[in-house]
Amino acid sequence: MNDHYPALLIISPLLLAFIVSAMAWIRKGLCYPLAVVGSGLSAWFSVQLFATVLQKGTVDYRLGGWEAPWGIGYHVDTLNGMVLMVVSVLAFINLVATRKTVAAEFPEKEGAFYTLYLLFIVGLVGMTVTGDLFNLYVLLEVASLTSYSLIALGGGRAPLASLNYLYMGTIGGCFYLLGVGYLYIMTGSLNMADVASLLPAIYSSSAVWVAFTFCLVGVGVKMAFFPLHVWLPNAYSFAPSAVGSLIAPLMTKVMVYVMIRLMISVFSIDFTFSILKIGDPMVWLSTLAIVMGATLALAQKNLKRMFCYIIVSEIGYMVGGAWLGNASGMTGAMLHILNDALMTISLFLAAGNIYYRINGLEIAQLQGLFHRMPVTMACFVATGLSIIGVPPTCGFFSKWYLITGALEAGQYGFVGALLFSSLVNVILFFRVIEVSYYGDMQHAHGHGSPSEARAEAPAIMLVPLLILSAGLVVIGIYTGTIVNTVIDPVIPAALAR
Amino acid sequence: MKTAGLIIVILAGAILLYATQDFPPWGAPDSPASTHVSPRYLQKSMEETAVPNVVTSVLADYRGFDTMFETSVIFCAGIGCFALLRIFRKKPEDRYYRHIATEITLHIKGGRIPEKSSEFERIDALWTPYDLIIKTVCRILVPFIQLFALYVIAHGHHSPGGGFQGGVILGASMILIAISYNMRTAIARISEKTDNLLMATGVFIYAGIGTLCLILGANFLDYSGLSTILFSGPIMARSHGIFGVEIGVGITVMAVMISIYNNLASEGKQDEGL
Amino acid sequence: MSDLIPIIVAKYNYWLYIVLMMIGLYAMIAKNNLIKKLVGMNIFQTSIILFYVSMGCKRGGAGIPIIQHGPDAGHHVIDLANYVNPLPHVLMLTAIVVSVSTFGVAVALAIRIYQRYKTLEEDEILARLRSK
Repeated sequence: MNDHYPALLIISPLLLAFIVSAMAWIRKGLCYPLAVVGSGLSAWFSVQLFATVLQKGTVDYRLGGWEAPWGIGYHVDTLNGMVLMVVSVLAFINLVATRKTVAAEFPEKEGAFYTLYLLFIVGLVGMTVTGDLFNLYVLLEVASLTSYSLIALGGGRAPLASLNYLYMGTIGGCFYLLGVGYLYIMTGSLNMADVASLLPAIYSSSAVWVAFTFCLVGVGVKMAFFPLHVWLPNAYSFAPSAVGSLIAPLMTKVMVYVMIRLMISVFSIDFTFSILKIGDPMVWLSTLAIVMGATLALAQKNLKRMFCYIIVSEIGYMVGGAWLGNASGMTGAMLHILNDALMTISLFLAAGNIYYRINGLEIAQLQGLFHRMPVTMACFVATGLSIIGVPPTCGFFSKWYLITGALEAGQYGFVGALLFSSLVNVILFFRVIEVSYYGDMQHAHGHGSPSEARAEAPAIMLVPLLILSAGLVVIGIYTGTIVNTVIDPVIPAALAR
Repeated sequence: MKTAGLIIVILAGAILLYATQDFPPWGAPDSPASTHVSPRYLQKSMEETAVPNVVTSVLADYRGFDTMFETSVIFCAGIGCFALLRIFRKKPEDRYYRHIATEITLHIKGGRIPEKSSEFERIDALWTPYDLIIKTVCRILVPFIQLFALYVIAHGHHSPGGGFQGGVILGASMILIAISYNMRTAIARISEKTDNLLMATGVFIYAGIGTLCLILGANFLDYSGLSTILFSGPIMARSHGIFGVEIGVGITVMAVMISIYNNLASEGKQDEGL
Repeated sequence: MSDLIPIIVAKYNYWLYIVLMMIGLYAMIAKNNLIKKLVGMNIFQTSIILFYVSMGCKRGGAGIPIIQHGPDAGHHVIDLANYVNPLPHVLMLTAIVVSVSTFGVAVALAIRIYQRYKTLEEDEILARLRSK
């Protein structure tokens, strides 16, 4: 059993997805419990796998029993294990926390919704764990296809946003596939480790850098890196709230991980930084991403759209950090995958709670929310502090690593952008806090309107949010341990010099 | 947008074209693609899996894990179309009936819908002429199409074919009924519930065979683990495992094709359409 | 000029697929009608499929990758030159399925959009959104 964790991690949600979809026609009431079982098993196995990796080092798994370049292999190292754990655990928490909104939003299609939900988890987990370039493409499409459908379930403008996402996403997927094709034609292999061992002989070939560029652009579209981000704000803000809080934190982060994986374990650090020399342009682009994301966030009147642009600028943090070309920057980027996933899911869950109660997310509608939903808003503030980067929340530490890395690399523009975006985040969150704390004193003063009554979200939605907010602080405190045990082992030696 | 698009496209195309200069010549037997990984498949497929069709053995065994997700992708599409389009709420709607003897068409606007009677038959709102020839020819052809589909699935080990191809043909035979008669006739043969259950069953068979291997002590999808329950050697077990998987794929693909067609053509009403 | 001919003969089919890909990509970016974009997407995906399949080709009489075998299955030497590379075919079977699935979902989305806006022209939809 212990040897099979990497496979179990994926098949438990996969098998349960099929059972859920059949149950939708036999006994509807069982769909949700079965989905919880599937997601929960996946989370449990990922925790076990992570523990195994921490104790015994890298885990490899051969699917179908075939050895690596011929069959498909799984490769789990500590970073990988951490991302797996983050994805499956957060998906599980979100599943529990959004039960009520799902039941309210799609009463008839719950079965289909949970089937897609589980398949989405399968896609993300598979992308993270796989060691095969083409398998990654297939799972990318599983995750994308489910996310198109899930987003379009939102109704209203959601189908249009989703169709645009589909076009962009397909371009991204096809670019990635083209890149893999170029690699295959040059090396004859699809296994990441095998390709990495074959590539050094042909680093000078133009086909290799073209392959890398196309993979990078493809992944960049899917992670909404700045000039390619146009699909994200609409797609995520029109999505149903349960979907927004699932896809927004996880999809982009997994894609950042995939990019780092491609940089480190397929094309080596030597190639990406010394031969290709696109480190600087990538950092400049990231700088632009951060600045533009922050600026556009300022212009938004809707809470969810504001979060979407914050995501765009956070993607800039991670991509920039990864491309700084030194160990601190890479550490910051890897750490930020974990932190940002937590921060984004808390933000979106908080937004979901607010939406559940007041049916709207325009910032102007949030007046007096502190009195109505004190716990949700407290969590919101905690998350906001983390995004701004106030110690001891985790957001501070990843930003610290990123700034250290940028200073080491002499990228002062990137440092400036990081500081600028922190400043903008201060404005963004304090604007929301101001409206929601002081807002109603001027308007509803003395009327004793029903809106002043305490109307906190149900406990099942609050507890996960509280756990996540606490997690932000706990992870912040244990940052040192995480960096030492999880991230340091996977930082390539070429970066640490 | 158009000029920007043109620039992007030309840029991408130029980079791709530029890189082809380092490719090995087209069709060179000594190119890395033909010499690194693939020779093993050609040389060992018979020995290791007893399947002469190498595409089948690579698809369902060496890279069977990819194929499982491929089937999941198509399952996702089926569920996605269902979730996006299916409308359950029934509002009173216009219906058209034809008196069979006189061919007079009745249009009932949202009122009480008549019970089934042998004198009237229901027709679609987008009225299509009654065509005896098309219906008869299709009715005669459909069994043969289905038989051929089963052959394609079953004979995938030895000739081009397999679960995907056969499943699509099976699905097409049902879609042919829907086109030549009407959607209600097709749904009367495979109801929506049956179809959705088949959709899940097919992929479940695939993933279930993989899990069975795992339970029997081999790695996931390592069909040689099935030898203990199939009473055959590990190599024949692989061959049988591939066959089982292909059947699962065939069922899912068929069901998904029907489901997607029904949902798209009727805009989710599963009642009238095309 | 005479140097060019061997290069063209050796690579022309890759070039054709790249041109096809450019057509598809251009349609996806620049076309206004959502269904035309969808057609562009299909052209794009098909060009990649052709690209992969042509990678598997071997000149000099290679046939389909189904092993010719006698009764003593598997115990004779297999001449690689007789069979094309099966791997790209397998990969593209997957890519075809992916493209069909994406197409299905995209058409479903397009139907939903048409139900709501009664048009599939992107600029008309945007104009309608703005006027609201």
